[in-house]
Amino acid sequence: MQEKLNVDQELVDRARQASQDIADGIQIHIDENTTTSVERTVARLFGIDGIDEEEIPLPNVVVDQVFKSDELDKGIAYWIGNAVIETGKSPQEIAEEVAEGNLNLTELKEHDLKEIKDAIEDLAKESVESIADNRRERDELQEETPTGPKPWLYVIVATGNIYEDLKQAKAAAREGADIVAVIRSTAQSLLDYVPYGATTEGFGGTYATQENFRIMREGLDEVGKEEGRYIQLVNYCSGLCMPEIAAMGAFERLDMMLNDSMYGILFRDINMKRTFIDQYFSRMINAHAGVIINTGEDNYLTTADAVEEAHTVLASQFINEELGLRSGLKPEQLGLGHAFEMDPTIEDGFLMEIAQAQMIRQIFPDAPLKYMPPTKYMSGDIFKGHLMDGMFNLASIMTGQGIQLLGMLTEAIHTPFIQDRALAIENAQYVFNNARNLGDEIMFKPDGKIQQRADKVLKETTEMLEDIADEGLMQALEDGMFANISRPKTGGKGADGVIEKGENYYNPFLDLFREGLDI
Amino acid sequence: MEVDMTKVKPYGDTMDDGKVQLSFTLPLEASLEASEAAKQLANKMGLEEVSAVEMKDLGEGFSFHVLYGKLKHTVDATKIKVAKVETETMSYYEVNDFIKEKLGRKVTVVGACTGSDAHTVGLDAIMNMKGYAGEYGLERYPEINAFNMGSQVPNSELIEKAVAEDADAILVSQVVTQKDVHIKNLTELVELLEAEDLRDEFLLILGGPRITHELALELGFDAGFGPGTVPPDVASYIVQKLDEEEND
Repeated sequence: MQEKLNVDQELVDRARQASQDIADGIQIHIDENTTTSVERTVARLFGIDGIDEEEIPLPNVVVDQVFKSDELDKGIAYWIGNAVIETGKSPQEIAEEVAEGNLNLTELKEHDLKEIKDAIEDLAKESVESIADNRRERDELQEETPTGPKPWLYVIVATGNIYEDLKQAKAAAREGADIVAVIRSTAQSLLDYVPYGATTEGFGGTYATQENFRIMREGLDEVGKEEGRYIQLVNYCSGLCMPEIAAMGAFERLDMMLNDSMYGILFRDINMKRTFIDQYFSRMINAHAGVIINTGEDNYLTTADAVEEAHTVLASQFINEELGLRSGLKPEQLGLGHAFEMDPTIEDGFLMEIAQAQMIRQIFPDAPLKYMPPTKYMSGDIFKGHLMDGMFNLASIMTGQGIQLLGMLTEAIHTPFIQDRALAIENAQYVFNNARNLGDEIMFKPDGKIQQRADKVLKETTEMLEDIADEGLMQALEDGMFANISRPKTGGKGADGVIEKGENYYNPFLDLFREGLDI
Repeated sequence: MEVDMTKVKPYGDTMDDGKVQLSFTLPLEASLEASEAAKQLANKMGLEEVSAVEMKDLGEGFSFHVLYGKLKHTVDATKIKVAKVETETMSYYEVNDFIKEKLGRKVTVVGACTGSDAHTVGLDAIMNMKGYAGEYGLERYPEINAFNMGSQVPNSELIEKAVAEDADAILVSQVVTQKDVHIKNLTELVELLEAEDLRDEFLLILGGPRITHELALELGFDAGFGPGTVPPDVASYIVQKLDEEEND
């Protein structure tokens, strides 16, 4: 089939080559180090859950104990395995003993690694298999009740109370939403632990906890059955607990995770190494669990200008793609992000939006592209806002986007009311239905404005990626090449949680995932 | 037709017709009874001749209603007093010239989204080089040293930075205001400054989509800027206030 836009394949190949070089520079740090959050994730994968008397999650209790003894470079799996041999108890029972102050993992007699592996490798396999079961369950459910047609309608709920969220999520699903995201409580990304249990208090969102995941999953499955349409559930695999959230999501069969390789560095000032190491392990879990990740390039355009910085979005998509593939994600699991954020007063701004959306559609043909609505130029004029959202929906259906985060007419005012969401769904359904096959009818003029705009952005992208490949991604982030935000290499939150792996570092899940994912 | 300023009411297409549109959701399934409930509520709000023009079932026992009616109430517009920023907005060039001529030194501004707020859109619109709606941000002003500390900045860090840079003004942006968390945070900033005897060292300015000048004053700030504010509004306020303080 002839493509609608002419995309210079040589530039695309060069951009992909540069992205590989960039990823090589990052991979060194990923392979040499682990983090406290990766180790807590290993603890969770071994089934450790719950909290102690002071409400500290047991994965933190166990990992902190070993970390404080400066012995985490062997990996928490080593110490858990060793304790299993010594005590004959399960990882969960061991964690409870540690929490009660009856056990110090690093003071037990140490067994050799071979023995430890023999003792817990099977437990690790069981855990990996249970996640695979969830993936199969999803496949079966989607067989019985398929997902709706793309672009999928993605809405958020954010009341702070999981039970209230559930009501709104179910109503949205009945209205036609395909995907429900539970926005996290403000600042959860900077907590170095994952809260526990069902929660009813949050600010600007609801805490991501495993129990909240379960409650929402159950509710959406219920409504999905009634509606005959599988409803996908999303949460945020980002911040200081990125891989832990991935594990919890895998246990509770979440379908999508916001999971960007650089978002935390840029927008939450999280240490670079910490982020790159965490994103790698979290993405392996997501890959294994069959989760579609959503990357966060849209955020660049809330701080930087959407017209001038469009190439940074595409550059970041290339990097996210390369790092994602290295973690075992398939192209179908890469919900690469972008946004409809140009100043609405620009003449022909819509043409530039189309150029960007169509170009990336062709560059990443298998990716369910995640399209974010206007936010920056939304105002208290909800009527104009509703129209801008309609234009956004039109751009999406014309260019075959995959995941449509619905714009809310009240974007600039408050977290969505129930009717805001219903109006947004109605808007998208109207436009998508009314222009369903418009994209198939269109070829863009060879030397027209849209073609020229796409050429320009792709060229700038390739040049940018080659510059980054020359100096390294960490230097590029320090230089403020993304979102006009500069972050120091050694600075940021969570830097103290990065640990150089020892010679005998042991993490059975790394190998099991790599094997299963063929990486 | 003349408007009676002492008895102002909404206008649709005829003076004093009082026409109002409103929409809301009721926790009732769509039904004739739900529509009637919506109408009665509109009556209680002071609307007469209410027509319920649209009702839509939202599932889970909710329905959405759109109504029109004629408002019976009026207000006396001659008696309205609103606190507002009184300084006149100058252009980018005028502000820079003003600083050179009247202050004879660079002006330093430190800005942050404080507390748990992670939304920097408003702060960036005012401070970033690029600015907003065609107006350059404060970073672009040659006569202004602007420091944008970004999001989730603790109040104590903001104060520390303002002291270290010998700032003239502190800008605080608050976007997420669910459950009034921002009020507590903003009050804390003022209290911290007062406790350290620093309150009078800085012009303390608040901005955000739900901020009014009146609210800012109530909270102990010097000025508040709401939606639609562009960088020169803030810059003009700062330099004119500094001029008043230093040269009067």
